[in-house]
Amino acid sequence: MFYEYLIAGFLVMAGLFGFVGSFGLLKLNDPMSRLHAPTKATTLGVGGVLLASMLHGAMVEGDPSLHELMITLFLFLTAPVTALFIAKVHIHRHETNKSLPKAGEDGIWATHDVAETSTETDKA
Amino acid sequence: MKLLRRLLPHPILTLLLTLAWVLLTSTWTLNSLVFGFLLGLLIPFLTQPYWPQQMRLKKPLKIIEYILIVLYDIVVANVIVARIVVFKPNAKRQPAWIAVPLDLLTPEAISVLAGTITMTPGTVAADVSAEGHALLVHCLDASDPEAVRDEIKQRYERRLKEIFE
Repeated sequence: MFYEYLIAGFLVMAGLFGFVGSFGLLKLNDPMSRLHAPTKATTLGVGGVLLASMLHGAMVEGDPSLHELMITLFLFLTAPVTALFIAKVHIHRHETNKSLPKAGEDGIWATHDVAETSTETDKA
Repeated sequence: MKLLRRLLPHPILTLLLTLAWVLLTSTWTLNSLVFGFLLGLLIPFLTQPYWPQQMRLKKPLKIIEYILIVLYDIVVANVIVARIVVFKPNAKRQPAWIAVPLDLLTPEAISVLAGTITMTPGTVAADVSAEGHALLVHCLDASDPEAVRDEIKQRYERRLKEIFE
């Protein structure tokens, strides 16, 4: 009985944080801030569902499963990469070296560090 | 030794891939163990050109401490950020870019630091400087950007430096 309350608690918590994540996507008003919302949904939101699933498997079904740990691992590997690429697109299209803080001793951020090459349209 | 190094560029990765395969199939049989080990041999060998240098861990046991700290921070920061998202009006929120100068030198350590910054809600690692000496971090709500920078350096980077360098 006790486990069922715990499982339900984890599921409610996960739903709550998942909702806050999606709500943030709507409410926040600039692209970089919106990027913060999905990172929340993948940490405590998905984490809560996975904890509940592990508890349910081990205690109710009597069949412990470790797949949830793998899902967590893959999420922690892939989520930062996606966020980084979205951020890089934003920096590439909407920021200049002047609108960002100084890049320390290197002087320029990697996304802006492109060689000036002439494209096909320039030649035409 | 040199031949072994070429055939087995990342021994720890081989072990981790084998373990990952066994966990994925969820069957504790010799069959999945052998196939996992084959994948563990093949994948590091094929991806060697993209990861040429050897990775060294100075203090591998400190990884456990690091993981526990990051998990704790994720839970605490989630609650803080949820409150910002739900209750704080956009006009009062102060999003900010901050530059974090890096003491870390190895690319693996910098990747882990950037991943940690992104996964702890409230901060997203957005870019690295041209030669890899600084990280660009975006904060959801930072009234004191210096404090955020110092916390990243004190809490995460110092520990990663102990683990990797």
